[in-house]
Amino acid sequence: MNWELMWDSVPTLLRGVPVTLQLVGLALLFGAAVAFAVALLRLYGNRVTERLMAAYVFVFRGTPLLVQIFLIYYGMGQFELVRSSFLWVYLREPFWCAILALTLNTGAYTSEILRGAILSVPQGQIEAARACGMSRTLLFRRIVMPVAIRQMLPAYGNEVILMVKASSLASTITLLEITGIARKIIAQSFAVFEVFIVAGSIYLLLNFLASRLIRYAEWRMTPYLRARG
Amino acid sequence: MFELLSFGPNGWGGQLLGGAAMTVAVSVSAFALGLVFGSLGASAKLSRHLALTGVAEVYTTVVRGVPELLVIYLLFFGGSGAVMAVGRIFGYEGYIELNAFSIGVLAVGLISGAYSTEVIRGAVQAVPHGQIEAARACGMSRWLILRRILVPQTLRYALPGLGNVWQLTLKDTALISVTALAEIMRVSHVAAGSTRQPFLFYTTAAVLYLLLTTVSTVAFERAERYANRGVRRA
Repeated sequence: MNWELMWDSVPTLLRGVPVTLQLVGLALLFGAAVAFAVALLRLYGNRVTERLMAAYVFVFRGTPLLVQIFLIYYGMGQFELVRSSFLWVYLREPFWCAILALTLNTGAYTSEILRGAILSVPQGQIEAARACGMSRTLLFRRIVMPVAIRQMLPAYGNEVILMVKASSLASTITLLEITGIARKIIAQSFAVFEVFIVAGSIYLLLNFLASRLIRYAEWRMTPYLRARG
Repeated sequence: MFELLSFGPNGWGGQLLGGAAMTVAVSVSAFALGLVFGSLGASAKLSRHLALTGVAEVYTTVVRGVPELLVIYLLFFGGSGAVMAVGRIFGYEGYIELNAFSIGVLAVGLISGAYSTEVIRGAVQAVPHGQIEAARACGMSRWLILRRILVPQTLRYALPGLGNVWQLTLKDTALISVTALAEIMRVSHVAAGSTRQPFLFYTTAAVLYLLLTTVSTVAFERAERYANRGVRRA
């Protein structure tokens, strides 16, 4: 074990943390929007949107993320139509390709979590809201969504951790986030275990913080379950 | 376009099929290895020895909390060194080099095992304690209880969770392509590079994976129906 090398690799690897956080943060943000739209289209849309969204979820849950990343990064540039469009400014950058792939991936998984949560809202609460004279949108905004979001938080926490880990695949398309930097240091110094321990600890710490954050959100959203002090 | 996917002299069909076979081979071996790790991990977690539970806890926390790609890099760059170090303990001084297949199976098996550990642990705990007591009251030995009561029921409870682990394992094998093992992803990457048709080949790869995951979903559904054939439904 080369302690000195291990210690030296800490600041270098930490430089990858902002990239990882950007990837995860933006993908989760856009992914939540995608998931929301997909879940609504599957639950309240017509038969066509329902089928289309089910197909999207099926494809993105049934293939590895690596295929999705390569398909977007290498595959899109093949088409003249893409290259001449305004999208090319983004799609030629590995960063935005990774964001797009992660977004579509987490969107598919999260839409299923959200759909399950919306379906789990007790029918009695919806009937009660309707009896109070709430409109469909008001009912959805005040009753269904708050209950569903509270319900989906534990499963969503798992998804967040999966995304932190999935962001490491961005290193395969030349992005230097934590795993990309780790690979580079290993290739230069062959200090495999030292670098693995440092990079692994950073990921464990990030995942620990993410799970704490979700736990806190859960606590904030369930004040009625707490003992009154 | 379809000539590129054909089995002819200019087609990549044969290689892609070979890649699919390799993906299945790695997945099955890794899943089997994962079941071994999972059973060991679950029994360690459920044991009363503090050291054993600690080791199993560290194993599942680290492997499930660290990106799969990092674990694969660890074994790809450091696997041979680790095996040689173990060899030296047993007095073997020679050079051992692991091939890409064993590294892939080891890495994905290690990841698969961490998830299997949790699934199997949950399944063992789902077996009602009264049944164990009843078996003991009948005078069964520990081994007989394990074989006749615990394992058959654990298998049934663990099946849905293991189905999920299998799907994860199947998709994780795509990451092995970084070690240049000729599975679906690697073959598509090479084909995409030499024909300049990345979209075509990565779409083909996606279709192959979809086919594999769909077939496994059906297979696990059947297995579950078979395993639950003696259970009364409400």
